[in-house]
Amino acid sequence: MEEGFLKEQQIMENDLNSDTSHKSSVDFLMNWFRKRSIFVLAYGTGCGAIEMPPTFTSRYDAERLGIRGAATPRQADVIIVSGYCSYKTLRRIIRTYEQMANPKYVLALGSCTVNGGMYWDSYNTIKKLEDYMPVDMYVNGCMPRPESILEGFIELQKEIAEGKASSWQKYEENYEFYRKNQEAVLGKTVAPAYDADWYLYDGGL
Amino acid sequence: MIVFDLLGMFLSAYMVGFLYYGLYRNITARFQRRIGPTVLQSFYDSIKFFSKEESISHGWMFYLGPVIMATGAVMTLFFIPFFYKSESFSGLSQYGNLFVVLYLMMLGPLGNAMGVGVTGNPFAAMGITRGLTRLFAMELPFYIAVIALMSINHSADIATIAANQPTMNAIEYPLLFIAAMFSFVAMMGQSPFDVVGAPVEVYSGPAAEFSGKFLALLMSQSSIMSFAKLVLMVNLFIGGAEGFLELLGKTFVLFLFVIAFGAMYGRFKTPQSVDFLVKVPTAIAVVGLVLATLGGQ
Repeated sequence: MEEGFLKEQQIMENDLNSDTSHKSSVDFLMNWFRKRSIFVLAYGTGCGAIEMPPTFTSRYDAERLGIRGAATPRQADVIIVSGYCSYKTLRRIIRTYEQMANPKYVLALGSCTVNGGMYWDSYNTIKKLEDYMPVDMYVNGCMPRPESILEGFIELQKEIAEGKASSWQKYEENYEFYRKNQEAVLGKTVAPAYDADWYLYDGGL
Repeated sequence: MIVFDLLGMFLSAYMVGFLYYGLYRNITARFQRRIGPTVLQSFYDSIKFFSKEESISHGWMFYLGPVIMATGAVMTLFFIPFFYKSESFSGLSQYGNLFVVLYLMMLGPLGNAMGVGVTGNPFAAMGITRGLTRLFAMELPFYIAVIALMSINHSADIATIAANQPTMNAIEYPLLFIAAMFSFVAMMGQSPFDVVGAPVEVYSGPAAEFSGKFLALLMSQSSIMSFAKLVLMVNLFIGGAEGFLELLGKTFVLFLFVIAFGAMYGRFKTPQSVDFLVKVPTAIAVVGLVLATLGGQ
């Protein structure tokens, strides 16, 4: 893992040095539209999923900020990793994340995604989500209330508008790093092959 | 010039359609006691999807599906005259009558079915099956009402039907109007007939596999198609329109009614919606047809 951490340190330093001044006015406009319209995948892991329904329904009404749910990963912009990830869930999260269309963003809730939280010595949960997939925004707390989630979304919107939220590029550029960490906990079969009619073949209908 | 005429129709339907769809989301939010998104939210969504990548391909038919749907929507729009008196914004309506419009309204769902069929996504297949099942039930009362109107006016020309209304057809033939309105609520995809893209049941249904530009195309065509249907209903039952303000006013009142109706009711199951549409509105339409025919003689 040490090699992984070193490499990630390098990635973070590269991020600081990267030049974002070459953005054209079209990029600026598109980023503004992306900021105004965020489709969140209706997918919850761990305990944080319980905070998402109030965030999206009448009480806290995330739709006033242009944030609404999307039923399928094909149409979603943001995946919320809402709490601890067991190895079994991580496989699904990665698979779902890879099905989403670029540009895509990741919002991680709770202490568990930062350092494992109360599951830090568990035998079947991961500790640091950023080893396995890139994260754009962390919302800390155990669990964060809907106000905090909205705050996190607003910060994410700011980053999107400035063109800084580019974790999907980071994932593509450093795929070997993430893949290695994924295989370390999940084995060689991280995700099945993406076939158009996968359900007709092995293990399907 | 007919080209400018068509372009004007397309652009106005595009703008008004997205405005109405934004209003729909906002007004529904107010019904649910929340603030809701801005009126332009649907427009933002569509532009964002135009700037996104597509995540998957299922071959050429998959790409052709949304294109056929969009073609169906735009052609339907072109064959419906906006104003019954004026030459402008009449599009291609002099070349085709109500039969052509009814035929073109079928094109979208069929194109969608073909595009969705090749994806193999079970939720999309379920959604399109629900859609086609409902389509047959939905068209029955609407077609009876439209046939009654055609026989009353001795014409299948939309502008003639729109102009030939001393009072509104909705007041003169209330039974036909009520029957057609049930179908219209279903056509606009509102509760209780919104079985096709039912969220939490079939995960956005037919649109499940579409992403990026094709989803944006689907959103655009649905806005245009909604406006085309509203204009058709205004022409057939609410006395047509002479100018843009009148058209916007009448379509908006109709649209508001549909939204309010949808916000009040929960969703039917698919067999329930088919049962209801085949029994109640169809019976009302048949009685309306008989009364209208007797009254005309």
